[in-house]
Amino acid sequence: MGIEHTAFIGRSVERVEDAALLSGLGRYIDDLGTGPGTLHAAILRSPHAHADIVAIDTEAARALTGVVAVVTGRDLAAITTGLVPAVRAAVDARAIAVDQVRYVGEPVAIVVARDRYLAEDGCDLIEPQYRVRPAVVDPVAALAPDSVVLHEGVGSNLVSDRRFRYGDPEAAFSESPHSLSVTVRYPRNTGTPMETYGVVASYDPTDDSYDVLANFQGPFSIHAVVARALKVPGNRLRLRTPPDSGGSFGVKQGVAPYAVLIAATARLVGRPVKWIEDRLEHLSASVSATNRVTTLKAAFGADGRVTALDWDQIEDCGAYLRAPEPATLYRMHGNLTGAYAIRNVAVRNRVVLTNKTPTGLVRGFGGPQVYYPLERLMQRIARTLGLDPFAVIRRNLIPADAFPYRTATGALYDSGDYQRALDEAARDGGLVELKRRRDAARAEGRLYGIGLTAAVEPSVSNMGYITTVLTAAERAKAGPKNGAQSTATITLDPVGSVTVQVASVPQGQGHRTVLAQVVADVLGIPMEQVRVTADLDTAKDAWSIASGNYSSRFAAAVAGVAHLAATRLRDKLTRIAAAQLNLRPEDLVFAGGRVASRTNPDAGLPFGRVAAASHWSPGLVPEDVGAAIRETVFWTPPELTAPDAEDRVNSSLCHGFIFDLCGVEIDRVTGKIGIDRYVTMHDCGRVLHPGMVEGQVRGGFAQALGAAVYEELAYGDDGAFLSGTFADYLLPTATEVPDLRILHVESPSPFTPLGAKGVGEGNCMSTPVCLANAVADALGLEEIDLPLTPAKLARLAAGGDELAPPAGHAASKPPTKPGDRTLRGEGTAEVTAPPESVWAMLLDPDVLASVIPGSHGVRKLSDTHFQADVSLGVGPVKGRYKADVTLSDLDAPRAATLTGTVTGGLGSGGGSGRITLEPNATGGTRVSYVYEASVGGKVAAVGGRLLDGAARVIIGGFFAALARRAGGSSSRFPQIPGFLRRLLARLGVSA
Amino acid sequence: MPQLDAKGRHTVAFTLNGHPATVEVETRTLLTDALRHGLGATGTHVGCEHGVCGACTISIDGVPARACLTLAIGIEGCAIRTVEGLAPEPGRLGILQAAFRRRHALQCGFCTAGILMSLDAYLALRPRPSRREITEVIGGHLCRCTGYAPIIEAALEAAAELRGEGPAPTPSESAHA
Repeated sequence: MGIEHTAFIGRSVERVEDAALLSGLGRYIDDLGTGPGTLHAAILRSPHAHADIVAIDTEAARALTGVVAVVTGRDLAAITTGLVPAVRAAVDARAIAVDQVRYVGEPVAIVVARDRYLAEDGCDLIEPQYRVRPAVVDPVAALAPDSVVLHEGVGSNLVSDRRFRYGDPEAAFSESPHSLSVTVRYPRNTGTPMETYGVVASYDPTDDSYDVLANFQGPFSIHAVVARALKVPGNRLRLRTPPDSGGSFGVKQGVAPYAVLIAATARLVGRPVKWIEDRLEHLSASVSATNRVTTLKAAFGADGRVTALDWDQIEDCGAYLRAPEPATLYRMHGNLTGAYAIRNVAVRNRVVLTNKTPTGLVRGFGGPQVYYPLERLMQRIARTLGLDPFAVIRRNLIPADAFPYRTATGALYDSGDYQRALDEAARDGGLVELKRRRDAARAEGRLYGIGLTAAVEPSVSNMGYITTVLTAAERAKAGPKNGAQSTATITLDPVGSVTVQVASVPQGQGHRTVLAQVVADVLGIPMEQVRVTADLDTAKDAWSIASGNYSSRFAAAVAGVAHLAATRLRDKLTRIAAAQLNLRPEDLVFAGGRVASRTNPDAGLPFGRVAAASHWSPGLVPEDVGAAIRETVFWTPPELTAPDAEDRVNSSLCHGFIFDLCGVEIDRVTGKIGIDRYVTMHDCGRVLHPGMVEGQVRGGFAQALGAAVYEELAYGDDGAFLSGTFADYLLPTATEVPDLRILHVESPSPFTPLGAKGVGEGNCMSTPVCLANAVADALGLEEIDLPLTPAKLARLAAGGDELAPPAGHAASKPPTKPGDRTLRGEGTAEVTAPPESVWAMLLDPDVLASVIPGSHGVRKLSDTHFQADVSLGVGPVKGRYKADVTLSDLDAPRAATLTGTVTGGLGSGGGSGRITLEPNATGGTRVSYVYEASVGGKVAAVGGRLLDGAARVIIGGFFAALARRAGGSSSRFPQIPGFLRRLLARLGVSA
Repeated sequence: MPQLDAKGRHTVAFTLNGHPATVEVETRTLLTDALRHGLGATGTHVGCEHGVCGACTISIDGVPARACLTLAIGIEGCAIRTVEGLAPEPGRLGILQAAFRRRHALQCGFCTAGILMSLDAYLALRPRPSRREITEVIGGHLCRCTGYAPIIEAALEAAAELRGEGPAPTPSESAHA
């Protein structure tokens, strides 16, 4: 019996990455030292969703000691150009605003200084002047003919409108006994890696080249976009990534515009420049998943069998279409029929721009937006027909003997046995027991529901799928795009140790461990003898446009190509060893660190000696073998063909399967969702490392739970961004994530070298709708949109009626419509002075100066127009603002309307109020006021929860001070004027 | 307390993982920046700079604290402990760290230092924590990769091992067998 190698693949070996990460020795971008003279950048961003930039006064910032430069969009215009998207529209997609801002958080100026603190000081001293325009945040409203238009050159907010037809959907709908449609408004959320973006860039004027270090994750097709935006050929943009990256989940693709911005700034200032994004910047302006309005219609028979789907998707990509968008909309195009055998499909895809942050890659990329309507629809069909949703799902599944299966829209599903996965999930996940639990809960009057979801998880994106957005004629003109090159390089050094380099740029996925497993298995050596580097340097390493870490391509494509490269190297080494041992190559095995005869282990050589042969003894290497020193293999799967003339596209190489089932209970009073059980069944092909697969599933599930219940990048109707902290954008913590039962079946992919498929994104696609289906089941709802916040569920549980507030508390007024953030208030004060005196005080700048909270002086521009500098605080955010107040509708001495705006570095606000003066019985005046106001900018993003209260205190403070000045006290707080004063003081308002 | 000049620079002296350290800071310098950029102790990470995510958690005189909400000027004379101080010696992992590796309780590792510091302090205080308690301690941190479950398992396993209750399971893959 010969030597044998025990495979590492398939085992949960400890990760080679972990010792360093657990000891504080990780090397993330902000941990790497910078060169002498490196400057630090801070970015001033727009507080407005839509405005013209009238002027930017940078003088005070430039004058600050330590500030080296202030760079505006205009300064960068000559040395940069726009970021080209897949759709050529007249959209000026620059990384920084020039004449107009189109979303809150859009870069307006960059301050470069000796250190970051000084750079931020500099930002505070810049005074931009804006002319505010109306904003549009809703994608459907943005399509209206009278809508505000973001890009006047385009003429409308619709930048792409394509219709597709597969099979005969019209006939299927007309012949079908039943049809039904769902409309879903999928909200915005994002991946929020714990590490934010970072860029360190320098420029060499002697050869017009840039060196950019960024925690970019790929796809490296974006390298071409960045090089073009910097106006240099690709070989003059050396893009490097740090050894470690603190999570990405797609999001760090979006660092690309900042690579342009910081690199161009480095060129202008002639020094290296470093920028690390802060959390407010990240939440407000990094990358969001798309929000989408989908109407999905199905034709189906009495047995629930679906014969046709009709998709109408309105995709909201935010203010600019940034590469690779509108990819979110097209990534799932091949699998729009999900796990189901549906041959007739109609699709209308529209891409709309609105005054929100531009969208990009986020884990699940397009999946949640598709599976939410599709799986809501399956539940609705079952309910409509009075069937079990499990039976309806099962009846529609692609038959197990149909693989590889070509979907109506063009995907080639590689492998699977969906029925088996479903049945095992139901059995091992206890679906029957869950139904009993539901029955028991309902018998007790509790709100309990079951959700099911079947989803196909695509992985390894076809680089050509995005061209489906073009017509066949446009594609023909541009030339076909397809494929997905992955690459690995394996090097043998002179002592025979092995180094593996891949272009996969991991952010915590353990690539170095899995690659060591794969290569050690092929070469029959211990894992420790294989060292893997996964950071990328575009100037030196092998890479291509598909390189990077996205579309769950690692296990299927990157680990696969490493296997191919190791195998090619082993084949060469086999022949070298065979020549030296005088054996036939096919008789040799690699195991136990040796290359030896299969039958006679004594006839062998140490691996290191064979591996080093090409260095030391090329004369012993058979001539036709060539040097066995370094192998670089590129692999692109032949199945990834370009979209055909009928718009069929195999958008991904691999298609895993997920079946989720869950039981939830909703607290009738609080609306809190309690997850009684969550079971997730995965078929991701061959499992390379069970521990990591489990990690991907658990991590994806937790993110999906966040997207379903807690997280939303919220905007007001005016485009103000409202979730700029982790106290507003709520991520699930350990106490919110329930136990998860993970099940597996394995259908190896015939299309990948190791049989593996992607697994990292599936729960982000399946879990939000599975939870929504359970909630809909619990509450008997036909429609339910995310997020499933307690407030929303409490309202729905109460049948739409608000619960009565606790005794002694006033009912809070719900906003008149979602997104309406208007602060409203009213109050009265009794003063001893007569109305005429109060009236005179209102028009006297000196009096106003003494009663406006935080006033530093009031200037009278006319009898009815005043300006003031005021200091206001909202929670921890205290700032100085310019106030501009106009009095109108004067009815002396009875009433006046005050209309005003407040602008400052931390945000802006506007509003109006009506003051009424009435003589009271004691010869004094009863002052009544009612106001409406809204606030935007940084204050709204980080202090939204505090605004209403702060506005009441500030405006109340004005009238309290007025009343005091006029010889009275505010009746709102008649007993505790001191309390009010203390509260005002705490808020930074000196009343 | 001496009056400090807001614009000037000041030298702060303290101990960092048992060794004397000094760093020059402004009054406004955050402890995260002083540790990372002043002293090169980059194991402490910055995730949100508003005290929610917990990535920057360190120990100040034995008590866990958010370094991003702490001014460096205020740690004069304090004993500071960071993730760099957890390993018994270079190249070896402590019991808690080893449990994290065994249980795959980290992926990108960015939040890990803060979680280790919170757990290190908590396990010293409560050697027999319940699962609920551990979950709540970890609930003070945001991790975007793991879904938390393996962190909880690692913490409970480390607690048992620290109490001397049986050796940690080996080989490592037994956790997933």
